[in-house]
Amino acid sequence: MPVKVDIISPERVLVSREVDMAVVPGMEGDIAAMPGRAPLMLLLRGGVVDLHDGGTVTDRYFVAGGFADFRGDSCTILADSATKLADLSPQDAAARLAAAEAAVDRADKDDVPAQDLLQEAVQSARAEVEAAGQ
Amino acid sequence: MPSLKELRARIGSVKSTRKITSAMKMVAAAKLRRTQLSAEAARPYAAAMRRMMSEAAAAVGDAPGLPPLLVGTGREQTHLVIVMTSDRGLAGGFNANAARAARNLVRRLQAEGKTVRILPVGRKGADMLVRDYGDLFIERLPGSSGKEVPFSAASDLGDKLVALLSANKFDVCTLVYNRFVNVMSQVPTELQLVPLTSGANDDRKAPDAPIYEFEPDEETLLARMLPRNLAIQIYAAMLESAAGEQGARMTAMDSATRNAGKAIDRLTQKYNRTRQANITNELIEIISGAEAV
Repeated sequence: MPVKVDIISPERVLVSREVDMAVVPGMEGDIAAMPGRAPLMLLLRGGVVDLHDGGTVTDRYFVAGGFADFRGDSCTILADSATKLADLSPQDAAARLAAAEAAVDRADKDDVPAQDLLQEAVQSARAEVEAAGQ
Repeated sequence: MPSLKELRARIGSVKSTRKITSAMKMVAAAKLRRTQLSAEAARPYAAAMRRMMSEAAAAVGDAPGLPPLLVGTGREQTHLVIVMTSDRGLAGGFNANAARAARNLVRRLQAEGKTVRILPVGRKGADMLVRDYGDLFIERLPGSSGKEVPFSAASDLGDKLVALLSANKFDVCTLVYNRFVNVMSQVPTELQLVPLTSGANDDRKAPDAPIYEFEPDEETLLARMLPRNLAIQIYAAMLESAAGEQGARMTAMDSATRNAGKAIDRLTQKYNRTRQANITNELIEIISGAEAV
Protein backbone atom coordinates (compact mmCIF):
# COMPACT_ATOMS: atom_id res chain seq x y z
CA MET A 1 0.00 0.00 0.00
CA PRO A 2 1.50 3.33 -1.00
CA VAL A 3 1.60 6.65 0.87
CA LYS A 4 0.66 9.88 -0.90
CA VAL A 5 3.41 12.48 -0.59
CA ASP A 6 2.95 16.19 -1.27
CA ILE A 7 5.96 18.49 -1.08
CA ILE A 8 4.64 22.06 -1.15
CA SER A 9 6.63 25.29 -1.09
CA PRO A 10 4.85 28.63 -0.55
CA GLU A 11 5.05 29.27 -4.29
CA ARG A 12 3.98 25.93 -5.73
CA VAL A 13 3.41 22.18 -5.34
CA LEU A 14 6.67 20.40 -6.19
CA VAL A 15 5.70 16.77 -5.77
CA SER A 16 2.37 15.08 -5.47
CA ARG A 17 2.58 11.33 -5.97
CA GLU A 18 2.35 7.96 -4.29
CA VAL A 19 5.47 6.27 -2.96
CA ASP A 20 6.23 3.27 -0.72
CA MET A 21 7.93 5.36 1.95
CA ALA A 22 9.13 8.93 2.50
CA VAL A 23 11.98 9.68 4.94
CA VAL A 24 11.66 13.19 6.34
CA PRO A 25 14.32 15.17 8.26
CA GLY A 26 12.60 15.93 11.58
CA MET A 27 14.05 18.39 14.08
CA GLU A 28 14.88 15.49 16.40
CA GLY A 29 15.91 12.94 13.79
CA ASP A 30 14.76 11.40 10.52
CA ILE A 31 11.28 9.91 10.49
CA ALA A 32 9.75 7.65 7.85
CA ALA A 33 6.21 8.16 6.64
CA MET A 34 4.60 4.82 5.83
CA PRO A 35 0.97 3.80 5.38
CA GLY A 36 -0.95 3.41 8.59
CA ARG A 37 1.39 5.52 10.68
CA ALA A 38 -0.16 7.27 13.69
CA PRO A 39 -0.96 10.94 12.89
CA LEU A 40 2.09 13.10 13.57
CA MET A 41 2.94 16.75 13.08
CA LEU A 42 6.59 17.49 12.76
CA LEU A 43 8.93 20.45 12.73
CA LEU A 44 11.55 19.95 10.01
CA ARG A 45 15.22 20.81 10.04
CA GLY A 46 17.11 21.63 6.85
CA GLY A 47 17.82 18.28 5.22
CA VAL A 48 16.97 15.79 2.52
CA VAL A 49 13.60 14.12 1.93
CA ASP A 50 14.06 10.65 0.40
CA LEU A 51 11.23 9.09 -1.57
CA HIS A 52 11.48 5.29 -1.63
CA ASP A 53 9.85 3.10 -4.24
CA GLY A 54 10.38 -0.62 -4.65
CA GLY A 55 13.20 -0.72 -2.11
CA THR A 56 15.30 2.04 -3.71
CA VAL A 57 15.46 5.80 -3.33
CA THR A 58 13.79 7.21 -6.45
CA ASP A 59 13.84 10.92 -5.68
CA ARG A 60 15.68 13.20 -3.28
CA TYR A 61 14.66 16.75 -2.38
CA PHE A 62 16.45 19.23 -0.18
CA VAL A 63 14.10 21.16 2.13
CA ALA A 64 15.28 24.17 4.12
CA GLY A 65 13.10 23.59 7.17
CA GLY A 66 9.31 23.65 7.42
CA PHE A 67 6.57 21.38 8.71
CA ALA A 68 5.33 17.90 7.92
CA ASP A 69 1.96 16.34 8.56
CA PHE A 70 1.53 12.55 8.54
CA ARG A 71 -2.01 11.28 8.68
CA GLY A 72 -3.33 7.95 7.53
CA ASP A 73 -1.98 7.33 4.09
CA SER A 74 -0.83 10.83 3.30
CA CYS A 75 2.24 12.88 4.11
CA THR A 76 2.16 16.63 3.49
CA ILE A 77 5.48 18.47 3.66
CA LEU A 78 5.25 22.25 3.88
CA ALA A 79 8.81 23.27 3.01
CA ASP A 80 10.22 26.78 3.48
CA SER A 81 11.90 26.10 0.17
CA ALA A 82 12.46 22.83 -1.66
CA THR A 83 14.87 21.89 -4.45
CA LYS A 84 15.59 18.65 -6.25
CA LEU A 85 18.96 17.41 -5.04
CA ALA A 86 20.39 17.40 -8.57
CA ASP A 87 19.48 21.09 -9.00
CA LEU A 88 21.36 22.29 -5.91
CA SER A 89 24.32 24.53 -6.59
CA PRO A 90 27.34 24.08 -4.27
CA GLN A 91 28.36 27.73 -4.82
CA ASP A 92 24.92 29.10 -3.82
CA ALA A 93 24.83 26.77 -0.82
CA ALA A 94 28.30 27.92 0.30
CA ALA A 95 27.26 31.57 -0.10
CA ARG A 96 24.14 30.94 2.00
CA LEU A 97 26.22 29.24 4.68
CA ALA A 98 28.65 32.17 4.81
CA ALA A 99 25.72 34.62 5.06
CA ALA A 100 24.07 32.56 7.83
CA GLU A 101 27.31 32.38 9.83
CA ALA A 102 27.85 36.10 9.42
CA ALA A 103 24.30 36.71 10.69
CA VAL A 104 25.04 34.65 13.82
CA ASP A 105 28.20 36.70 14.48
CA ARG A 106 26.31 39.96 14.03
CA ALA A 107 23.32 39.02 16.18
CA ASP A 108 22.83 39.89 19.84
CA LYS A 109 24.30 36.95 21.82
CA ASP A 110 21.83 37.44 24.70
CA ASP A 111 18.74 37.11 22.52
CA VAL A 112 18.34 33.35 22.90
CA PRO A 113 15.28 32.72 20.65
CA ALA A 114 16.83 34.74 17.82
CA GLN A 115 20.14 32.90 18.27
CA ASP A 116 18.27 29.57 18.07
CA LEU A 117 16.64 30.54 14.79
CA LEU A 118 19.94 31.74 13.33
CA GLN A 119 21.68 28.53 14.43
CA GLU A 120 18.95 26.58 12.68
CA ALA A 121 19.58 28.60 9.52
CA VAL A 122 23.31 27.75 9.79
CA GLN A 123 22.48 24.07 10.29
CA SER A 124 20.15 24.16 7.26
CA ALA A 125 22.79 25.86 5.10
CA ARG A 126 25.38 23.31 6.24
CA ALA A 127 23.01 20.48 5.33
CA GLU A 128 22.50 22.13 1.92
CA VAL A 129 26.26 22.33 1.31
CA GLU A 130 26.54 18.68 2.27
CA ALA A 131 23.58 17.67 0.06
CA ALA A 132 24.92 19.68 -2.89
CA GLY A 133 28.24 17.83 -2.59
CA GLN A 134 26.55 14.41 -2.89
CA MET B 1 -11.72 76.96 -36.03
CA PRO B 2 -8.50 74.91 -36.12
CA SER B 3 -6.62 74.71 -39.39
CA LEU B 4 -6.26 71.47 -41.37
CA LYS B 5 -2.64 71.20 -40.28
CA GLU B 6 -3.55 71.49 -36.60
CA LEU B 7 -6.29 68.87 -36.98
CA ARG B 8 -3.91 66.48 -38.73
CA ALA B 9 -1.41 66.87 -35.89
CA ARG B 10 -4.11 66.22 -33.27
CA ILE B 11 -5.36 63.10 -35.05
CA GLY B 12 -1.77 61.86 -35.23
CA SER B 13 -1.21 62.42 -31.53
CA VAL B 14 -4.44 60.70 -30.47
CA LYS B 15 -3.53 57.77 -32.72
CA SER B 16 -0.18 57.33 -30.99
CA THR B 17 -1.88 57.59 -27.58
CA ARG B 18 -4.23 54.83 -28.68
CA LYS B 19 -1.28 52.66 -29.67
CA ILE B 20 0.24 53.10 -26.21
CA THR B 21 -2.98 52.38 -24.31
CA SER B 22 -3.74 49.30 -26.38
CA ALA B 23 -0.19 47.99 -25.84
CA MET B 24 -0.53 48.63 -22.09
CA LYS B 25 -3.79 46.74 -22.09
CA MET B 26 -2.19 43.71 -23.70
CA VAL B 27 0.79 43.80 -21.34
CA ALA B 28 -1.60 43.99 -18.36
CA ALA B 29 -3.58 41.02 -19.71
CA ALA B 30 -0.44 38.89 -19.98
CA LYS B 31 0.74 39.89 -16.50
CA LEU B 32 -2.72 39.23 -15.07
CA ARG B 33 -2.67 35.67 -16.37
CA ARG B 34 0.75 35.08 -14.83
CA THR B 35 -0.27 36.53 -11.46
CA GLN B 36 -3.46 34.47 -11.41
CA LEU B 37 -1.41 31.32 -12.03
CA SER B 38 0.91 32.17 -9.12
CA ALA B 39 -2.10 32.86 -6.89
CA GLU B 40 -3.51 29.45 -7.76
CA ALA B 41 -0.14 27.76 -7.21
CA ALA B 42 0.12 29.34 -3.74
CA ARG B 43 -3.26 28.04 -2.58
CA PRO B 44 -2.33 24.43 -1.58
CA TYR B 45 0.32 25.65 0.91
CA ALA B 46 -2.12 28.08 2.52
CA ALA B 47 -4.83 25.41 2.74
CA ALA B 48 -2.51 22.82 4.31
CA MET B 49 -1.10 25.43 6.68
CA ARG B 50 -4.59 26.41 7.83
CA ARG B 51 -5.48 22.79 8.54
CA MET B 52 -2.26 22.12 10.47
CA MET B 53 -2.58 25.36 12.44
CA SER B 54 -6.08 24.49 13.56
CA GLU B 55 -4.86 21.05 14.71
CA ALA B 56 -1.98 22.56 16.66
CA ALA B 57 -4.14 25.36 18.11
CA ALA B 58 -6.79 22.86 19.19
CA ALA B 59 -4.11 20.75 20.90
CA VAL B 60 -2.68 23.76 22.72
CA GLY B 61 -6.17 24.86 23.78
CA ASP B 62 -6.47 27.87 26.06
CA ALA B 63 -3.17 27.40 27.84
CA PRO B 64 -1.74 30.60 29.32
CA GLY B 65 1.22 32.27 27.66
CA LEU B 66 0.04 31.77 24.07
CA PRO B 67 2.06 33.68 21.45
CA PRO B 68 0.87 37.28 20.90
CA LEU B 69 0.56 36.63 17.15
CA LEU B 70 -2.36 34.33 17.99
CA VAL B 71 -4.04 36.04 20.92
CA GLY B 72 -2.71 39.60 20.73
CA THR B 73 -0.92 41.60 23.37
CA GLY B 74 -3.98 41.88 25.60
CA ARG B 75 -4.41 45.56 24.66
CA GLU B 76 -6.12 47.19 21.70
CA GLN B 77 -4.64 50.67 21.91
CA THR B 78 -2.16 50.91 19.03
CA HIS B 79 -3.33 49.90 15.59
CA LEU B 80 -0.97 49.35 12.70
CA VAL B 81 -2.62 49.81 9.29
CA ILE B 82 -0.76 48.36 6.31
CA VAL B 83 -1.94 49.85 3.02
CA MET B 84 -1.08 47.77 -0.01
CA THR B 85 -1.15 49.59 -3.35
CA SER B 86 0.82 49.56 -6.59
CA ASP B 87 3.94 51.49 -7.52
CA ARG B 88 2.53 52.70 -10.82
CA GLY B 89 -0.60 54.57 -11.77
CA LEU B 90 -2.80 54.36 -14.88
CA ALA B 91 -4.86 51.65 -13.24
CA GLY B 92 -8.22 53.40 -12.90
CA GLY B 93 -9.46 53.73 -9.35
CA PHE B 94 -7.31 50.87 -8.04
CA ASN B 95 -5.00 52.89 -5.78
CA ALA B 96 -7.52 55.59 -4.91
CA ASN B 97 -9.99 52.95 -3.68
CA ALA B 98 -7.45 51.29 -1.39
CA ALA B 99 -6.31 54.69 -0.09
CA ARG B 100 -9.91 55.72 0.58
CA ALA B 101 -10.60 52.47 2.46
CA ALA B 102 -7.45 53.06 4.53
CA ARG B 103 -8.42 56.66 5.25
CA ASN B 104 -11.89 55.56 6.42
CA LEU B 105 -10.34 52.93 8.69
CA VAL B 106 -7.85 55.38 10.17
CA ARG B 107 -10.61 57.94 10.76
CA ARG B 108 -12.81 55.32 12.44
CA LEU B 109 -9.98 54.11 14.69
CA GLN B 110 -9.00 57.65 15.63
CA ALA B 111 -12.63 58.46 16.47
CA GLU B 112 -12.53 55.51 18.86
CA GLY B 113 -9.51 57.08 20.51
CA LYS B 114 -6.95 54.56 19.25
CA THR B 115 -3.38 55.36 18.33
CA VAL B 116 -2.84 54.65 14.63
CA ARG B 117 0.40 53.91 12.79
CA ILE B 118 0.53 53.42 9.04
CA LEU B 119 2.86 51.25 6.99
CA PRO B 120 2.29 51.85 3.28
CA VAL B 121 3.46 49.16 0.87
CA GLY B 122 3.56 50.54 -2.68
CA ARG B 123 4.43 54.06 -3.76
CA LYS B 124 1.01 55.26 -4.94
CA GLY B 125 -0.82 54.63 -1.69
CA ALA B 126 1.96 56.33 0.28
CA ASP B 127 1.77 59.37 -2.01
CA MET B 128 -1.98 59.62 -1.52
CA LEU B 129 -1.88 59.33 2.26
CA VAL B 130 1.26 61.31 3.02
CA ARG B 131 -0.47 64.70 3.03
CA ASP B 132 -3.10 63.81 5.65
CA TYR B 133 -1.32 61.12 7.63
CA GLY B 134 2.38 61.51 6.82
CA ASP B 135 3.23 61.88 10.51
CA LEU B 136 1.71 58.45 11.26
CA PHE B 137 3.98 56.61 8.79
CA ILE B 138 6.49 54.30 10.43
CA GLU B 139 8.18 53.44 7.14
CA ARG B 140 7.50 53.43 3.40
CA LEU B 141 7.97 50.12 1.63
CA PRO B 142 8.08 49.64 -2.15
CA GLY B 143 5.50 47.47 -3.92
CA SER B 144 6.22 44.83 -6.53
CA SER B 145 6.27 47.47 -9.34
CA GLY B 146 4.36 45.19 -11.69
CA LYS B 147 6.92 42.39 -11.54
CA GLU B 148 6.32 38.92 -10.17
CA VAL B 149 5.75 38.83 -6.40
CA PRO B 150 8.45 36.74 -4.68
CA PHE B 151 7.52 34.96 -1.46
CA SER B 152 10.56 36.55 0.18
CA ALA B 153 8.87 39.98 -0.05
CA ALA B 154 5.97 38.64 2.04
CA SER B 155 8.18 36.84 4.54
CA ASP B 156 10.37 39.95 4.98
CA LEU B 157 7.28 42.00 5.76
CA GLY B 158 6.07 39.23 8.09
CA ASP B 159 9.43 39.27 9.94
CA LYS B 160 9.19 43.04 10.25
CA LEU B 161 5.72 42.74 11.80
CA VAL B 162 6.91 40.08 14.26
CA ALA B 163 9.83 42.34 15.28
CA LEU B 164 7.51 45.34 15.70
CA LEU B 165 5.06 43.26 17.72
CA SER B 166 7.75 41.94 20.07
CA ALA B 167 9.02 45.52 20.49
CA ASN B 168 5.45 46.45 21.55
CA LYS B 169 5.09 48.92 18.69
CA PHE B 170 1.50 47.86 17.98
CA ASP B 171 -1.30 45.72 19.43
CA VAL B 172 -3.54 45.12 16.42
CA CYS B 173 -2.49 44.99 12.78
CA THR B 174 -4.88 45.36 9.85
CA LEU B 175 -4.00 45.03 6.19
CA VAL B 176 -5.95 47.07 3.63
CA TYR B 177 -5.65 45.73 0.09
CA ASN B 178 -7.65 45.28 -3.10
CA ARG B 179 -9.19 41.82 -3.27
CA PHE B 180 -9.36 40.51 -6.81
CA VAL B 181 -12.93 39.53 -7.70
CA ASN B 182 -12.64 39.58 -11.47
CA VAL B 183 -11.03 41.71 -14.16
CA MET B 184 -13.70 44.37 -13.79
CA SER B 185 -13.90 44.58 -10.02
CA GLN B 186 -11.43 44.78 -7.16
CA VAL B 187 -12.86 45.22 -3.70
CA PRO B 188 -10.90 47.15 -1.04
CA THR B 189 -10.74 44.74 1.89
CA GLU B 190 -9.60 44.97 5.51
CA LEU B 191 -7.86 41.85 6.79
CA GLN B 192 -6.85 41.64 10.43
CA LEU B 193 -3.46 39.96 10.65
CA VAL B 194 -2.64 40.31 14.36
CA PRO B 195 -4.16 38.91 16.50
CA LEU B 196 -5.17 36.10 14.23
CA THR B 197 -8.90 36.04 13.60
CA SER B 198 -9.36 33.64 10.75
CA GLY B 199 -7.88 30.18 10.52
CA ALA B 200 -6.66 28.74 13.78
CA ASN B 201 -9.15 30.50 16.04
CA ASP B 202 -12.26 29.95 13.95
CA ASP B 203 -11.70 26.53 12.48
CA ARG B 204 -13.39 24.07 14.75
CA LYS B 205 -11.79 20.68 14.84
CA ALA B 206 -13.87 17.98 13.20
CA PRO B 207 -15.17 15.49 15.81
CA ASP B 208 -13.74 12.48 13.93
CA ALA B 209 -10.32 14.11 13.47
CA PRO B 210 -7.40 11.85 14.41
CA ILE B 211 -5.45 12.48 17.60
CA TYR B 212 -2.07 13.87 16.67
CA GLU B 213 1.37 13.42 18.11
CA PHE B 214 3.51 16.53 17.90
CA GLU B 215 7.25 16.73 17.58
CA PRO B 216 8.95 18.54 19.35
CA ASP B 217 5.64 19.64 21.02
CA GLU B 218 2.47 21.50 20.08
CA GLU B 219 3.51 24.84 21.64
CA THR B 220 6.80 24.94 19.71
CA LEU B 221 5.10 23.91 16.48
CA LEU B 222 2.40 26.54 16.87
CA ALA B 223 4.95 29.21 17.74
CA ARG B 224 6.85 28.37 14.56
CA MET B 225 3.76 28.10 12.38
CA LEU B 226 2.31 31.49 13.35
CA PRO B 227 4.99 33.69 11.69
CA ARG B 228 4.86 31.41 8.65
CA ASN B 229 1.10 31.72 8.51
CA LEU B 230 1.39 35.50 8.76
CA ALA B 231 3.78 35.54 5.81
CA ILE B 232 1.44 33.28 3.83
CA GLN B 233 -1.53 35.57 4.46
CA ILE B 234 0.52 38.58 3.38
CA TYR B 235 1.72 36.68 0.31
CA ALA B 236 -1.84 35.79 -0.68
CA ALA B 237 -2.88 39.43 -0.27
CA MET B 238 0.11 40.59 -2.32
CA LEU B 239 -0.82 38.23 -5.14
CA GLU B 240 -4.48 39.32 -5.02
CA SER B 241 -3.43 42.94 -5.05
CA ALA B 242 -1.02 42.36 -7.96
CA ALA B 243 -3.74 40.57 -9.93
CA GLY B 244 -6.19 43.35 -9.09
CA GLU B 245 -3.73 45.98 -10.27
CA GLN B 246 -3.32 44.30 -13.64
CA GLY B 247 -7.07 43.75 -13.92
CA ALA B 248 -7.79 47.39 -13.12
CA ARG B 249 -5.12 48.54 -15.56
CA MET B 250 -6.53 46.30 -18.27
CA THR B 251 -10.03 47.71 -17.83
CA ALA B 252 -8.79 51.30 -17.64
CA MET B 253 -6.62 50.93 -20.74
CA ASP B 254 -9.43 49.19 -22.62
CA SER B 255 -11.76 52.13 -22.11
CA ALA B 256 -8.95 54.58 -22.86
CA THR B 257 -8.34 52.78 -26.18
CA ARG B 258 -12.03 52.94 -26.98
CA ASN B 259 -12.24 56.63 -26.08
CA ALA B 260 -9.23 57.36 -28.27
CA GLY B 261 -10.98 55.61 -31.16
CA LYS B 262 -14.04 57.81 -30.64
CA ALA B 263 -11.91 60.95 -30.45
CA ILE B 264 -10.14 59.97 -33.70
CA ASP B 265 -13.53 59.49 -35.45
CA ARG B 266 -14.71 62.90 -34.23
CA LEU B 267 -11.53 64.66 -35.27
CA THR B 268 -11.48 62.94 -38.69
CA GLN B 269 -15.04 64.08 -39.31
CA LYS B 270 -14.11 67.62 -38.35
CA TYR B 271 -11.03 67.43 -40.56
CA ASN B 272 -13.10 66.29 -43.58
CA ARG B 273 -15.72 68.99 -43.00
CA THR B 274 -13.03 71.67 -42.78
CA ARG B 275 -11.39 70.37 -45.94
CA GLN B 276 -14.73 70.40 -47.74
CA ALA B 277 -15.44 73.95 -46.55
CA ASN B 278 -12.01 75.06 -47.76
CA ILE B 279 -12.61 73.56 -51.22
CA THR B 280 -16.04 75.20 -51.44
CA ASN B 281 -14.51 78.53 -50.45
CA GLU B 282 -11.84 78.25 -53.10
CA LEU B 283 -14.43 77.36 -55.77
CA ILE B 284 -16.58 80.35 -54.82
CA GLU B 285 -13.53 82.58 -55.07
CA ILE B 286 -12.65 81.22 -58.55
CA ILE B 287 -16.23 81.47 -59.83
CA SER B 288 -16.78 84.97 -58.53
CA GLY B 289 -13.37 85.99 -59.97
CA ALA B 290 -14.39 84.60 -63.39
CA GLU B 291 -17.75 86.36 -63.22
CA ALA B 292 -16.06 89.67 -62.43
CA VAL B 293 -13.94 89.37 -65.61
